[in-house]
Amino acid sequence: MSAVLSTPIAGKAKVSRRGFLGATAGTGLVVAFHIPFVGSALAQDAATAIPDEINAWVVVKPDETVIIRIGRVEMGQGTLTGLAQLVAEELECNWAKVKTEYPTPGQSLARKRIWGDFATVGSRGVRLSQDYMRKGGAAARMMLVQAAADGWKVQPGDCTVAKGVITHTPSGRKTTYGKVAAAAGKLPAPDVAAIKLKDPKDWKLAGKRLARLDTADKVTGKQLYASDIVLPGMLNAAIRECPVFGGKVKSFDAATIEKRPGVKKVLRVGDSAVAVVADTWWRAKSALAALDIVWDNGGNDKVSSESIAAILKAGLDAPEGPIGNANGDARAAIAASARKIEAVYSYPFQNHATMEPMNATAKWTPTRCEVWAPTQNAEGALAACSEAAGLKLTQCDVHRMLLGGGFGRRSFTDYVTQVVRIAKQMPDTPIKLIWSREEDMTQGRYHPVTQCKMTAGLDEQGNVTALHMRISGQSILASVRPQAMVNGKDPFVFQGLNAPGPEASIGYTFPNLLIDHAMRNTHVPPGFWRGVNLNQNAIYLESFMDEIALATKQDPLALRRKMMTNHPKHLAVLNAVAERAGWGKPLPAGHFQGIAQIMGFGSYVAAVAQVSVADDGKLKIHRIVAATDCGYAVNPQQIEAQVEGSFVYGLSAALYGECTVKDGKIEQENFNTYQVLKMDEMPKVETIILQSGGFWGGVGEPTIAVAAPAVLNAIFAATGKRIRDLPIKNTSLKKA
Amino acid sequence: MAQLNVNGAVRQFEAEADTPLLWVIREQLGLTGTKYGCGIALCGACTVHIDGVPTRSCVRPVSSVSATEKIVTIEGLSPNGSHPVQKAWVALDVPQCGYCQSGQIMAATALLKSTPRPTDEQIDQSITNICRCGTYNRIRAAIKSVSQDGRTKSAGLTITHVDGSVS
Repeated sequence: MSAVLSTPIAGKAKVSRRGFLGATAGTGLVVAFHIPFVGSALAQDAATAIPDEINAWVVVKPDETVIIRIGRVEMGQGTLTGLAQLVAEELECNWAKVKTEYPTPGQSLARKRIWGDFATVGSRGVRLSQDYMRKGGAAARMMLVQAAADGWKVQPGDCTVAKGVITHTPSGRKTTYGKVAAAAGKLPAPDVAAIKLKDPKDWKLAGKRLARLDTADKVTGKQLYASDIVLPGMLNAAIRECPVFGGKVKSFDAATIEKRPGVKKVLRVGDSAVAVVADTWWRAKSALAALDIVWDNGGNDKVSSESIAAILKAGLDAPEGPIGNANGDARAAIAASARKIEAVYSYPFQNHATMEPMNATAKWTPTRCEVWAPTQNAEGALAACSEAAGLKLTQCDVHRMLLGGGFGRRSFTDYVTQVVRIAKQMPDTPIKLIWSREEDMTQGRYHPVTQCKMTAGLDEQGNVTALHMRISGQSILASVRPQAMVNGKDPFVFQGLNAPGPEASIGYTFPNLLIDHAMRNTHVPPGFWRGVNLNQNAIYLESFMDEIALATKQDPLALRRKMMTNHPKHLAVLNAVAERAGWGKPLPAGHFQGIAQIMGFGSYVAAVAQVSVADDGKLKIHRIVAATDCGYAVNPQQIEAQVEGSFVYGLSAALYGECTVKDGKIEQENFNTYQVLKMDEMPKVETIILQSGGFWGGVGEPTIAVAAPAVLNAIFAATGKRIRDLPIKNTSLKKA
Repeated sequence: MAQLNVNGAVRQFEAEADTPLLWVIREQLGLTGTKYGCGIALCGACTVHIDGVPTRSCVRPVSSVSATEKIVTIEGLSPNGSHPVQKAWVALDVPQCGYCQSGQIMAATALLKSTPRPTDEQIDQSITNICRCGTYNRIRAAIKSVSQDGRTKSAGLTITHVDGSVS
């Protein structure tokens, strides 16, 4: 079973061009309940004329096929399957008949944003949609049962339903969802207050280790990604943006490449890029490579990694900065302490490096513009399309395609703007823009660069009396969403370090605490990078906890436990990994362990890494034991896949991930200089899923953050070398 | 018109001699299961078989491939996903985003053909394709399950499929 896309691609994909595109009249129904950002969704008047639609989330076909509409997007993280499980659970339909479909942002807009915010970021895919989507499933079930009961002239309360078959218990009469769907679609939606969701302990589909819905086509080559699209009359574009961020195109001589085979047009895109449009992408790319472009670098061409590091270093001792978390008087307590420990850490720029480079396809006419894009942010892509097209939102739409990796990069819409700007210069012609890997590596939205000074005060017995954590470096929000800054503070900077709360709180109690940020921005554009600021914050905090343990001659686990007594959920995952990994017990010769924990994206995570370091410095990570408490686990086998994948992403970052700046440009252009983890370095990963219940945590990102500190602490145990500057590759582990 | 033998059929195409085989396969022949990832033979997303040899098609000039050499792409591996490697990939739910998986599967099928019972070290040496989602351990488990005649028990995973079967 595969995802059915609501994407009209002539002659290429299985197309389900649902009639609701643009339809506004009709008698269909929309379930009334609150959706984030939608406000009152009592939009029955805005529903559509589709007879099979029970509500915005559920379509039931006469052949019993159940189509579940998915607002979030699938990029490998399994959200599509998890959300379908949650809806099907409440709907009580036949899982074997379930298909999924993406509505478009244009369709959503026409229905008062009934599908809510499409953004698929921050490990929110399940946790921020589960309530309204489960209610959508439950409401559809109530309407289907009501329709059957009406037909039989009986009370719905006397009917039961299982796997899409409705039974009137007293008489034994049976019917199916497919048979009553048309009648159900004409019924009023139930009152939100009357919708009772199941207790998770009664789940039959959700919470189970079900196979993904989108696997079959991914093993045969049939799965269509946005970069695979072929539209009638389509041309292909390659692009080069000024490699110095903030620079512009000064000049280029199109005539030098216009006569090359297949080249149709050489054009300026905005004021900072040049594109070549050709019959094939390879010809477009080859022609672009042969074009001499003169850039106006705009004054940033003297910036280097060294100059950026110097600016950040100055921020470590700057007087004051926005405070993320504080109690007591840390500065005074440190000044009065018997002993002080200090350490400075740094974390580099990194590229998302999705396997599928950035791409999008657009067709522009004077009255309509449509885009096909792998986007984590479909509404943002629609807005970008509208702006670049010079058309109203209602004249545009974005067809969402499966993403060949997202990791936060595809929450940006720069490539959508580009393709629409190209398509607008070639009306009526579909244009597919694909970035080369080199373009993708050098035009990223990079993991923010930061440094951190950790200072702890100790009393004469070695107890920690205070911690000052000064973060110096980039703010993502200041760059991408300045309106979300709070009195000059970027709250995201403090992920994993916040006061107690449901999202990302620190797991230790310090008698005096000060965590503050000296914002130091650079011309290199930062972005949300899988795990975001939790990544480096976990390194700083968890490495330094081990440094305190060393300085006070304590076991790192024992020290943590002592300071975590007020944080039982943090402590539970830590204890789980320590126990499973056999912390403190004899290990194979030459093996050493490191431990780390953090909370982020609503979940509690911990890991133990077991490593060895050969005399020649060769590091081997033998075993990872990881624990996640995400409250409720919707699909444990997919959570395991996310945890394993998080170690690949997190260890790639820890070992190798670094983008350096020279002459204002990113130096790394491909996987030869931007190395990532491969099979031969992949450790065994054992995943423990705790489900303490009562909350919904994310799983796509938090575990990444414990990969690096667990390994760094294990490396220290093995070698006595404390690596404070990432990535690890920059430090020799060779025995002195 | 030049010719290539792809998935058992002789196909005609027109392209400059230095065009990488990848782009002829994707753009001229319309077989988009083979992916572009890096263009310098490092990531393996473009892996196809040429006379059974796993080949990174993004750096292979099309003019260097003769019409007598048999190219197999992911689309030609089996008519309906029934190759034992594809079945193992489904049984263990290997793909996440899936973009690299065509290349991973082509690399794995070539390995298993030459080495039906690969050791971990042989898997490490042969499967050098990049996966950013991080499916390596499931890829390893799937390769091992093929070498154990499709048995998936050693993977230590329990996955319930839509037909009710459990692997």
